[in-house]
Amino acid sequence: MARTDTKRDVVIVGLGWTGAIAGIELAKEGLDILALERGPDRSTVPDFKYPDVIDELRFGIRYGYMQRPKKSTLTIRRSLDEEAMPYRRLGSFLPGDGVGGAGIHWNGQTWRPQAQEYRLRTYVEETFGADAIPEDMTIQDWGVTAEELEPYYDRFEYMAGISGQAGVVNGETIEGGNPFEPNRSRDYPLPPLAQQPDSLHFADVARQMGYHPFPRPAANASAPHVNEYGMQLGPCNYCGFCARYGCLNYSKSSPQTCVLDALKRYENFNYRVNSEVLRVNLAEDGQTATGVTYWDAEAEEEVTQPADIVILAAYSIHNVHLMLLSGIGEPYNPQTGTGTTGKNYSYQMNGGTTMFFNDRQFNPFVAAGSSGMSINDFGMEQIDYAAEGFIGGSYMTCGHSNGQPIRGIAVPEGTPNWGADWKQAVGEHYGHSTSLGSHGSNMSYRDCYLDLDPTYTDPHGRPLLRLTFDWKDNDIRMTQFMRQRIEEIVEAMEPDSWQSSYKEDGATYDVRPYQTTHNVGGAIMGESPQTSSINRFQQAWGQHNVFVLGASSFPQNIQYNPTGAVGALAYWTTDAIVNQYLPNPGPLV
Amino acid sequence: MSHPTYLNTTRRGFLGGTAAASALALGDRAQAQDAPPLEEYTPEYLSAAEWAFVMAATARIIPSDGAGPGAIETRVPVFIDLQLAGDFGNAADLYMEGPFKPDAPDTLGPQSPLTPAEIYRGAIERIDAACTDEYGNVFADLDPTQQDEVLSALEEGPSTSGNTPDMAEDAGGGAPNTDGSTAFGLTPELKEFFSLLVQNTKEGYFADPMYGGNADMAAWSYIGFPGARGSYAEWVGREEDYPLGPVSISGERA
Ligand SMILES: Cc1cc2nc3c(=O)[nH]c(=O)nc-3n(C[C@H](O)[C@H](O)[C@H](O)COP(=O)(O)OP(=O)(O)OC[C@H]3O[C@@H](n4cnc5c(N)ncnc54)[C@H](O)[C@@H]3O)c2cc1C
Ligand code: SF4
Repeated sequence: MARTDTKRDVVIVGLGWTGAIAGIELAKEGLDILALERGPDRSTVPDFKYPDVIDELRFGIRYGYMQRPKKSTLTIRRSLDEEAMPYRRLGSFLPGDGVGGAGIHWNGQTWRPQAQEYRLRTYVEETFGADAIPEDMTIQDWGVTAEELEPYYDRFEYMAGISGQAGVVNGETIEGGNPFEPNRSRDYPLPPLAQQPDSLHFADVARQMGYHPFPRPAANASAPHVNEYGMQLGPCNYCGFCARYGCLNYSKSSPQTCVLDALKRYENFNYRVNSEVLRVNLAEDGQTATGVTYWDAEAEEEVTQPADIVILAAYSIHNVHLMLLSGIGEPYNPQTGTGTTGKNYSYQMNGGTTMFFNDRQFNPFVAAGSSGMSINDFGMEQIDYAAEGFIGGSYMTCGHSNGQPIRGIAVPEGTPNWGADWKQAVGEHYGHSTSLGSHGSNMSYRDCYLDLDPTYTDPHGRPLLRLTFDWKDNDIRMTQFMRQRIEEIVEAMEPDSWQSSYKEDGATYDVRPYQTTHNVGGAIMGESPQTSSINRFQQAWGQHNVFVLGASSFPQNIQYNPTGAVGALAYWTTDAIVNQYLPNPGPLV
Repeated sequence: MSHPTYLNTTRRGFLGGTAAASALALGDRAQAQDAPPLEEYTPEYLSAAEWAFVMAATARIIPSDGAGPGAIETRVPVFIDLQLAGDFGNAADLYMEGPFKPDAPDTLGPQSPLTPAEIYRGAIERIDAACTDEYGNVFADLDPTQQDEVLSALEEGPSTSGNTPDMAEDAGGGAPNTDGSTAFGLTPELKEFFSLLVQNTKEGYFADPMYGGNADMAAWSYIGFPGARGSYAEWVGREEDYPLGPVSISGERA
């Protein structure tokens, strides 16, 4: 069975963070919009209500809100010669599913990249010489600047009610903020979160060492906030169940708390759940999209949905999958370096040092998702790449974002993983440890990319996406550099004991332990159709009525969590659609 | 069968006064109160032999001696049985399409064609057979030292793992990676057994009591985790012992 529905002005694929932003910004223009979401509907009540939501087993361990590999997954290999294996059970990253996307179950750590991150290749060449870039490293400029995007970061942060301490406002450095952040036009909408004793201890020591500690910017409201859509956030109660959970308290910025109820009031906006888009349909000449085809799970039929504008907002890897399946752009070829769809997948290079303070009480369950004090003294703009022999940077944070026991209780090295000694160690150390971690950039490389798997298929018979990715020397050197800086600070914090965990020489990507859901690249933005999939307005080079939102746009990963940039770019693009594209549909570049 | 004496102790008897005192605060939602003693529990999924194995193995993974409750008093075996009988055991969320390459590198994630429930079944049968060959008895009937030997051999490789959580945005502790074991005739399809068993034991110890384990929230009380309270705004920045005991999702207090 199959049906064709009446044409819409806009179809949005995926109703997470970017889909919700695009939805409301275009709904305001009176366009007739249909958003298609593959997963179920979700609202704070009943889906995130206390106490059912704070169930570690169901949501933290069995991933109740995430994508089910049975329905949607990918295959992974570490090199061109390895055979890719299906990601059968979630581990390393946890893509969202259902209304709100991963925007319901993120931690809310919300950053703005440093200015040079958008022009990284140019910056490195100008400052350190072209030789500083290894041959197989394929970093590129984004085609946008920090100044251009500033108003859109401001929009996103005020919409989402971010709590933080500004570091640089209108050229002035402000004590207590991040002095290395790009210039901002005004303060954060909300003051920073209150901090726990472990984070405060770190901040004291870091300050004494000449560093510049500041509270990590948080999409966990420190005070009540009403945003431009009339949506209200209440103050976070440090519930300790943030990432992997929906917020029980209307405090975490999410599509639900910041956009959706306002959006649903527009009669020209509609959305359908349990509606997985299978492909984007192109006109015969391939120059435009005619709409999408999706699977209507309720009616059990394929539906052709014509539309004038198609917005892919399905999360980075799913955007790329749909583009590969639909013939949007030429698939990237790692042998020749030609083609762009799937190019430059990158990830996040993190590491951390755990400290044990036997006589201190840190109550780790008292935590917001973005709790913690950070420093950015080793950011991408602070490092001499020529002297250090790597390209990259990181921010460092001390603190807890939760104290959930199944997810792991830090115990000293040498403790067995089971038995009497393990039991004794978890009893002794729970609440008496903390960590100082590095959240670092990851460069893009010729052989780290996305294409279609030759073997495995999904329930619709479509080839799975195939991810080829591994850690590279440059980024391992970066994280080892951070390790040295962190261990100096750790010594000065005087814990009873400590232990480090950073990627070392020869590290290979292990898909089992959770790392981050910061999968970026694959449909990268840039300055030319030869080297990027989409232009600086996130518009497909080849099909002017297709826009692609999400971290798939990043040509290499930034040192920060992605959603600040993802949200700002969503505002930047919808602004371009409203003010440039609608009056004059066609390529914006 | 030489069961250690704690197997014959009911939960209530074991916890003595504490359980009796907290029972007053429980109200009618306290299901654990009505739960049969472990030795009267009828497993949903595990056979009698498998149940005996799980009882004995979890009793070594989180033993009862020393400070803090063990897997038996917290009814971890019940948790494991119920998990294996449900979506987890049936791999309801997992991608289970072939071709399967169970001997692919562990770092590419589990590749077994078997569900977790089938892995338990297949592995326990082989381990019991190997124990009978080696020691003349199935695992459950070995003495604790022999059982520990068997478990260590199954764990294979380094028996220690400093569990250092990454400072991922979602920090809180990384699950230790215990590489699968091919000891005891465990074929690659079954190699994940030991890491599943340890992981599921810890899950049962620390999960909300509604899943059958963590009886009386004793594991939460032991480490000082307040369970499903989820409201600490007035507690931020204070370096004091948190004064309240845990609550469960169903509203029980311990
Ligand atoms: C545990 C966790 C913690 C995180 N913490 C942070 C953090 O602290 N800071 C930070 O910056 N970022 C964090 N992130 C990342 C953040 O959640 C994402 O960057 C953000 O949600 C991306 O927005 P998006 O719109 O691109 O995708 P999503 O918000 O995931 O929305 C995509 C939607 O598209 C739907 N979809 C996919 N394919 C289809 C299809 N074919 N048809 C129809 N619908 C489809 C999905 O179901 C989903 O609802 C975290 C993520 C996770 C999982
Ligand atoms: S920590 Fe705060 S923002 Fe996060 S889920 Fe809990 S109450 Fe909501």
